[in-house]
Amino acid sequence: MSVSTLKSDAPHVDNYVLCDRDRQLILATQGGLPLVPDPWQALGQQLGMPADEVLARFQRMQEMGVVRRVAAVPNHYRLGYRFNGMTVWDVKDEAIGRLGQLVGNLPFVSHCYRRPRHLPYWSYNLFAMVHGTSREEVEKKAGLIRDVLGEDCHGNTILYSSAILKKTGLRLKKDGS
Amino acid sequence: MSVMTERAIGNIEIPDFSDLERKIINRLQHGLPMVRHPYAAVAEELGTSEQALLDTLKSLLDRRILSRFGPMFHAGEMGGGLSLVAMRVPEETFDRVVGQVNAFDEVAHNYRREHELNMWFVVATETPEGVDEVLRQIEETTGFPVYNMPKEEEFHVRLHFKI
Repeated sequence: MSVSTLKSDAPHVDNYVLCDRDRQLILATQGGLPLVPDPWQALGQQLGMPADEVLARFQRMQEMGVVRRVAAVPNHYRLGYRFNGMTVWDVKDEAIGRLGQLVGNLPFVSHCYRRPRHLPYWSYNLFAMVHGTSREEVEKKAGLIRDVLGEDCHGNTILYSSAILKKTGLRLKKDGS
Repeated sequence: MSVMTERAIGNIEIPDFSDLERKIINRLQHGLPMVRHPYAAVAEELGTSEQALLDTLKSLLDRRILSRFGPMFHAGEMGGGLSLVAMRVPEETFDRVVGQVNAFDEVAHNYRREHELNMWFVVATETPEGVDEVLRQIEETTGFPVYNMPKEEEFHVRLHFKI
């Protein structure tokens, strides 16, 4: 994605329906935006669409939240953030709404979600992604999360990534299936 | 979709970035302004030329310091399906399963993680029902069960790596 990471600040509408022309634009830019002075015109030429329409459609998709941003997605390993720790927590159901918000507000937490447990294998229901330049840094940050959760947390662990197996970003299938 | 070879993470060199590269990496993670000449607008903000910005951006992409530059689509908002999925894959079959899982276009990211559940990937589909169908196919192809962990609540999403 770049299933995506930066949340659009713009309010979004829930009933957006992907139309054919937006779909063409998404397909044409999945690999990236053209790196030319007027990328909208370049896309327009490719798709037989006026440049103004291309730009207007992207503006609208961004307003609707379909496009979060048109932005650079760094390879965080290459930027020095080598340690990517998925910290996971078993938090009391009745407390997770309040505590999840507090954890999500910590400045070093990049993504924070509630997800389902799969008992008995997987008892963790709160996921907070933490990046660092060392394991110690990730562990220190996890300690701060533990402080926030206190007694409402029954267990936790950190899953470090040891290899990127694939990173292509979100792809629509060309045949529309 | 080609299957990407596994890349080990331990031994990546950190490049020494120029001032302009730093500025561009930091600024462009926030998003391009939606104007007719967006690169010119950002170049002006950063005190450089449009051509220098474009050249540097191309170079950062070629060197894979940026994995991508473009629209960041949100599958959920498109009315599609999105989920995080984990698998427990025996070491001796790991490479085979990576190839089988990555061959699905709907698998966007896939990470190996140090845990009994050792493979974690994101599935994005055009319809909400699509996720279950893809997961069924992955189980059938690989012969291993999947653990579907769709988000139930989003507390915060913000990712910005300052360099």
